Amino acid sequence: MGEDLNKPEYEIPPELKSSVSITTLDRIYNWSRRSSVWPMMFGLACCAIEMICAAASRYDIARFGMEVMRPSPRQSDLMLVSGTVTKKMMPLIVRLFNQMPEPKYVIAMGACASGGGPFKEGYNVISGVDNYIPVDVYIPGCPPTPQALMNGLITLQKKIDTQSIREVRWYKKGASETIPVPVLGPDIMDPREYDLIRQYTNQKLQNIDDPAAQVARQEKGS
Amino acid sequence: MSAQIITKNSDLLEKFPQYVKPDERTGYNGYVVSSDHLIDVARAIRDELGYDYLSSVTGVDYLPDGLMEVVYHFFKSSGGPALAIKSQVDRNNAVVPSLVSLYPGADFQEREAWDLFGIQFAGHPDLRRLLLWEGFEGHPMRKDWHEPYYEEDGKPFKSRWPDGKISLAEDKNPFHKNIAFPTGFDPDKWIPDDDSVLYSNIKNIISSEDESGLKTDYVIVNMGPQHPSTHGVFRMVVALEGETIRVLKPVVGYLHRNHEKIGERNTFLQNMPYTDRLDYISSLSNNFGYALAVEKLMGIKPPERAEYLRVIMAEFTRISNHLFAIGSLLNDMGAYFTPMLYAIEERELILDIFEATTGSRMMCNYFRFGGVARDLPEGIYEKIHDLAFERLPRKIDELDLYLTNSEIIKARGEGVGVLTPEDAIAYSTSGPVVRASGVPYDIRRADPYSIYDRFDFDVAVRYHGDVYDRYLIRVDEMRQSVRIIQQALTQMPKGPIQEGKPQYVVKVPPGEAYGRVEAPKGELGYYVVSNGKPNPWRYHVRAPSLINITPLEKMSLGNKVADTVIILGSIDIVLGELDR
Ligand code: SF4
Repeated sequence: MGEDLNKPEYEIPPELKSSVSITTLDRIYNWSRRSSVWPMMFGLACCAIEMICAAASRYDIARFGMEVMRPSPRQSDLMLVSGTVTKKMMPLIVRLFNQMPEPKYVIAMGACASGGGPFKEGYNVISGVDNYIPVDVYIPGCPPTPQALMNGLITLQKKIDTQSIREVRWYKKGASETIPVPVLGPDIMDPREYDLIRQYTNQKLQNIDDPAAQVARQEKGS
Repeated sequence: MSAQIITKNSDLLEKFPQYVKPDERTGYNGYVVSSDHLIDVARAIRDELGYDYLSSVTGVDYLPDGLMEVVYHFFKSSGGPALAIKSQVDRNNAVVPSLVSLYPGADFQEREAWDLFGIQFAGHPDLRRLLLWEGFEGHPMRKDWHEPYYEEDGKPFKSRWPDGKISLAEDKNPFHKNIAFPTGFDPDKWIPDDDSVLYSNIKNIISSEDESGLKTDYVIVNMGPQHPSTHGVFRMVVALEGETIRVLKPVVGYLHRNHEKIGERNTFLQNMPYTDRLDYISSLSNNFGYALAVEKLMGIKPPERAEYLRVIMAEFTRISNHLFAIGSLLNDMGAYFTPMLYAIEERELILDIFEATTGSRMMCNYFRFGGVARDLPEGIYEKIHDLAFERLPRKIDELDLYLTNSEIIKARGEGVGVLTPEDAIAYSTSGPVVRASGVPYDIRRADPYSIYDRFDFDVAVRYHGDVYDRYLIRVDEMRQSVRIIQQALTQMPKGPIQEGKPQYVVKVPPGEAYGRVEAPKGELGYYVVSNGKPNPWRYHVRAPSLINITPLEKMSLGNKVADTVIILGSIDIVLGELDR
């Protein structure tokens, strides 16, 4: 524990300085959380290679207590979405997110995870993972260098430092709702948006200019 | 030049005068074969003409002519140029016989063509979608299929900077998301695909095998897509008897990011940075293949110095890729992360050179049509020289010393995941996989491109075709790459690095070209069709990672689950390229 944990208002007698710290509950919680964030071992695309490099010889995120990568979502605190999120993968990511215990954090690493990146216009690509799951920190870059990733991790630590156990969602009632898992239909469907989808496809049916709609209406009429 | 297409192959014309016609479109090569006789012609090509290696199968949608074309590139495993065969069918009723019975390597490629183009392959044993999911609306690579964010057929889009303002693609979509639905679709009635076809296929295979009459219980296990040793989002469905693999079916497409569809909207040069993201561990080799294909169409050649720079960079890429491959293979074997740390240390030094020269560690975007983007900056030549002549040879020896005789690698690798030479060729595998099975097939020698014919190097071959040999071959290849770099550094002349002025929009005459290189993972081919416009009409990537896993089931059967993990590791796949 170091000086940074002590609350300066309380004077500790010199003879106890080496063994006693006086601090707030928030601070001790946050300090222990930020010092051992365990990321989920989960690489999606190119950005994952830089993530591996960040964990390896030259950059070594062990210095932040973050090198313990867990392949199981049940044991991890941080989901590092490192790469392009595709529609085919999205239901699985949501499921993994739901399986992570609170407190959990999400970092969108790279242009793809943040907003679709170079592949945004692709028919199988999600324009940013935040369409489905909440994101704490976005890291720009394609791919972000290991330094940028570390900056993102430090940013996350700063965010953790501001938490207060009175306000965080996981100590509240009804905390941690699971996110409905998207369904793969003709395109990816968010169960929360079924009404919207139905409205839209019906509207298309009404639209006279659309030749496909005409055929469909005839079929419906007959 | 690489992969020259033979135009005169009179044997074929003589044998099948009625069904085989030379392809007479300007800029095209090879033969057009009527789909009714494709099987006969293919059998003759294999058995009589000796083209035993089916490199690439893909579709091209000629929308204006109402035709769907399937393009095959055949090679001889002993070397030499390609034989290109095309078969044209009606777009609205695209049925072509499947070649899987003759060339098992066509399996995944035909499934991909079905998935993306809607071309049916009659007689294919398992024609399901490959990259997308069952139930997906339409076949997206068809020219009249439009993605939800569709704006125009070709870039640059007019909407990009009207009066210096930008707008988001999301704003034009009714859902403010990248989705679209067919008319009248009702989500509540939708029954999502639950892989039931896949599972029942597996059950059928198992039950047909139970001849003894004794009932054995099998467990079906899904490995991946989120799994620490599948090297990305790769999924295998395996049926286990105890711990022994009885059936293994790969499921891919979790990283399908529509490389080819986007590539056909892009201008030719805009595709260069996208190729970086195919096999993201070896971006410079990807650049190489694409540059070769387009240069062949344009009929240009880079100046001498650029050729040498290309070779040096491509060989450094090979070393860095093999280091990474060995590191992760050892991870899979259980030597967790220590060998990887040694490997990454050297890789970082190579990445430093890339960063200094190209501006980026991983996504180098270095090649241009007719040259390279930048010359070596000051002081980098010395670094490269030091690395190639001093440090890397020493470090490769060190790796060899620590690992090659290690009990772990020998016990886990020897005799595991054997691929016979015949299978290796039939399944169209390439790169270290085919060479570890005793087939000395290296495009740098078999069909030399760029200036590889000037260098003195050996094609590494190993003969057992097991995991251990696939490890050894990577060590051998790194040594050969160092040799090539050393020679290139000594011979490299001074001079320009780009033919003519650098151009953003290149003029590419109409025609087709197939450019292939020996990428670290195998044969990386680009099939590009131009119709004279700024955007390619067809842009296809023959991805070695995808085709090399075709025999994965064959290699894994009868092995334990833990062995499958290292068999996969020894093939060395990268999902960006596998799924594209
Ligand atoms: S942001 Fe760039 S490097 Fe990262 S996954 Fe996307 S394309 Fe790859």
